[in-house]
Amino acid sequence: MGAYLAKRILTMIPTLLGVAVLIFLMLRVVPGDIVELKMRGDGGAPTIQQIEAERARLGLDRPLIAQFGSWMTGLATLDLGTSMWTEKPVTEEIAGRIGLTLQVAIMATIIAILLALPLGTLSALYKDTWVDQAIRIFTIGGLAIPSFWLGMIIILGLLYAFNWIPPMQYVPIWKDPLANLAQLIWPALAVGYRFSAVLARMVRSSIIEVMREDYIRTARAKGVHERLVIARHALRNAMLPAVTVIGLEFAFLIGGLVVTEQVFNLNGLGRLFVQAVSRSDFTMVQGIVMVIALVFIVTNLLVDLAYGWLDPRIRYGGK
Amino acid sequence: MDLAEAAPAADGTDASAVAATPLLSVRDLHVSFHTSRGIVRAVEGISYDVTRGEMLAVVGESGCGKSVSSLAVMGLLTKPSGRVERGQILFEGRDLLKLSDEQMREIRGRDISMIFQEPMTSLNPVLSIGLQVMEPLLIHLDMTEAEARARAVELLTLVGITDPDRRLEQFPHQLSGGMRQRIMIAIGLACNPKLIIADEPTTALDVTIQAQILELMKDLSRRLGIAMVIITHNLGIVARYADRVAVMYAARIVEKGTADDVFLKPRHPYAVGLMRSVPRLDQPRGLRLETIEGLPPDLRTPPKGCRFAPRCPLKLSLCEATAPHLISVGTGHEAACHRSGDLAAGVKVFEPTPLGESPAIDMTGRPLLAVAHLKKYFDVTRRVSWRKSEQGQVKAVDDVSFAIRRGETLGLVGESGCGKTTIGRTVLRLETPTSGEISFDGSDIAPFAQADMKPVRRRMQVVFQDPFSSLNPRMTVGQIIAEPMLVHGLVRTDAEAKARIDTYLTRVGLFPYMAERYPHEMSGGQRQRIGIARALAFEPELIVCDEPVSALDVSIQGQVINLLEDLKRQFGLTYLFIAHDLAVVRHISDRIVVMYLGRVMEIADRDELYARPLHPYTQALLDAAPIPDPAAERARKPRALKGEIPSPLNPPKGCVFHTRCPLADEQCRTLVPAARDVLQGHTVACHKV
Repeated sequence: MGAYLAKRILTMIPTLLGVAVLIFLMLRVVPGDIVELKMRGDGGAPTIQQIEAERARLGLDRPLIAQFGSWMTGLATLDLGTSMWTEKPVTEEIAGRIGLTLQVAIMATIIAILLALPLGTLSALYKDTWVDQAIRIFTIGGLAIPSFWLGMIIILGLLYAFNWIPPMQYVPIWKDPLANLAQLIWPALAVGYRFSAVLARMVRSSIIEVMREDYIRTARAKGVHERLVIARHALRNAMLPAVTVIGLEFAFLIGGLVVTEQVFNLNGLGRLFVQAVSRSDFTMVQGIVMVIALVFIVTNLLVDLAYGWLDPRIRYGGK
Repeated sequence: MDLAEAAPAADGTDASAVAATPLLSVRDLHVSFHTSRGIVRAVEGISYDVTRGEMLAVVGESGCGKSVSSLAVMGLLTKPSGRVERGQILFEGRDLLKLSDEQMREIRGRDISMIFQEPMTSLNPVLSIGLQVMEPLLIHLDMTEAEARARAVELLTLVGITDPDRRLEQFPHQLSGGMRQRIMIAIGLACNPKLIIADEPTTALDVTIQAQILELMKDLSRRLGIAMVIITHNLGIVARYADRVAVMYAARIVEKGTADDVFLKPRHPYAVGLMRSVPRLDQPRGLRLETIEGLPPDLRTPPKGCRFAPRCPLKLSLCEATAPHLISVGTGHEAACHRSGDLAAGVKVFEPTPLGESPAIDMTGRPLLAVAHLKKYFDVTRRVSWRKSEQGQVKAVDDVSFAIRRGETLGLVGESGCGKTTIGRTVLRLETPTSGEISFDGSDIAPFAQADMKPVRRRMQVVFQDPFSSLNPRMTVGQIIAEPMLVHGLVRTDAEAKARIDTYLTRVGLFPYMAERYPHEMSGGQRQRIGIARALAFEPELIVCDEPVSALDVSIQGQVINLLEDLKRQFGLTYLFIAHDLAVVRHISDRIVVMYLGRVMEIADRDELYARPLHPYTQALLDAAPIPDPAAERARKPRALKGEIPSPLNPPKGCVFHTRCPLADEQCRTLVPAARDVLQGHTVACHKV
């Protein structure tokens, strides 16, 4: 196990390196100039000399290879550089927001799993009955309704019903769990609904498939209680494809919640990302992309570990 | 289980009647499936009895309702589409159809258990063997975990699994097919059931393993007094093991009686046809197989009169008008045929027809295909555990030499993992050989690049095993057959191609209008004919037939074998015929190569090989294959070969067969026997011959 993990962690390095090269090159190709934006943005009229000087200060006048070199040396020492716009270290900017984003993503994932497992299972077992139809309405709603719109409805609903809106100020959960949850449960619900819909559809089709397997028939032929047939024999097999979806969706939530963060006025990674892109803040964009890539890779590893835990064929490396 | 204390009498039956009461009595059972494409009446009015300690075989081809009827007994029909329309299933006097789901659940696995066809998919891949064996004990017998475990060890020992403690910790994928089927039997036996239903229990297994499993089941049923219903299409198994037989055709029982009656005095033309259309090891070859032409009816719209009438050579106008009922044709022997009396009077259903002139085999010129010292190794990486992986090599084909003369059919026979399919693929150069020579019409094609192979491919074609996955579902039958002609420039215009498609379709027994159809609209046998037509379209000299009939029903098998023989004569073809069924290989081949674990065991002319098998493995194979004749079977000593086929990843040293060979000694364990000519044209690789 230890050796396997070490190997997996080592193989992360080339992947991250590839991402680093790609994002660096893509940013240099995409139009947009941070210096122009900064100095002309508020109707300023800088001289050519001022622009050149600013460029030199940010290091943008150096040859690409030199810029890439310092980006790489920075990465090697886990230094993501300084934001070209706010002049603060990128790591510091990200650290201030990643907690909130991770928390929303984790809560949304938990909500999704708690909703999707029972709903998906029920609609599979009662396929083509009114139960399935009712759940289908719920899930198709989740797929069709944009999360940010649902977020707005939630806020409006809270305002009408309780004359209360969620707090705007982020408090870490270890400081004041109640205030923290009061703020973050709503965006997690808004996002988790869509997530649960995707997952419930997956669980449903996966269970329908598993229930047709020969070993389910074997279990029934043994006289296993129907409830146990589902819980012991079907669910674990059906979870395999669902785990993949959970991993992918979770990783997407890191940095993918731009509009929802806007609606709930959350200062998350998504918002930071969009700001950085619109300001052509190269170092910031690069830093965030690296963090998101890392989340994807780690999630993937977790999914693989979960697979091994669920399925002995993978654990022991059979066919 | 003690017979004396067998089941208490059901309500309303007095004790003296119990002994005579069958354990299971199916009365006028009707099952139908309500699908979006109509109602399929899968079982219509079947009745049968099984008494204690008896083995009843239900025989028939796919779709005849034999599996459905036993799923109905188990209460395991697919819901909600499958329904029992009417009838009774009396088990110890209780009508199972009247029980609640919960009462039925209590019977399943405790009083009646079922063993399924596919050992590979019938065990749950994510649960340990131990849990799966212990489950019924924990559910039905209220055992504690420790008691159940002890009983599980006992059960595994009973079904012949060594090292049961370790096996309980393992998962299904770590066991071979034969072992998994033993586990299934152990699960079936767990609660000492009164009845075991076995649905094609050995169809997925190799012939030597099949013999082991069936011997085990027969022995257990005798010793423990368990009644058995065995569902199969393999008549050899029926002849060897069954006490009584019910033959099903198109949802109905057409004949039932003792095994001797049904085999020796069949009174229904379908039963006769079933028995005559399989090639047999104990009968002279040289006649065409007497096949039942046509296909079974669609059960959504079955024919009005006798279901078999459209295919029956003896049909009268009466047969098409009214359906015959089962009537007694002897003591305990019933048949549903208007002409059963004529059959008893000696009317022949089939007239034997000779095969016709075999094409001359060119004995003098150079062989069309000569394979010398062929090796094909596959590199594999195997994860032994979570962190450790092992580099290994599968020697799929190891130093194999043989030659096929023009006009000859060479049979390549062996159990799974023996490398027969790999040889076929390597000869076709779908695989690159590791070393060795493949000389086709004088030129060695082993080192050829894929581009060089194109002209060779036209002369050398293949018919695959699985007619379902080997045809492109997005192409029409016409397109499938036309493609090779266009690729190789055999035709120039569409009209020319069209004419050729029609010719080939007719040649393989299909109709020109079928060119517009897609493969899924055709039956399995028809698809295999398309595969053959596609191969013919190349105008090849050699066709590699890789298990071309093993996926087909018996009556269809016979049709395809006859077709292959006719085509060989018409087109002057040469076949490399790969199969696991000894009787089929014997019927079609001129010479036979017997393989085991990548190596050639024996090569001989067909008649020589079957009359005088020299290699112990060949002898064991022939012993293990059951013959569809109860009298002949009783006269034979079943000698099941012991042990499993070793993993090709880690084959035994010395002679690969020594682990299972009754003659093996020190020399066999260390020294690989060389193939040598024991007699003229009879090659054996064994130290003991």
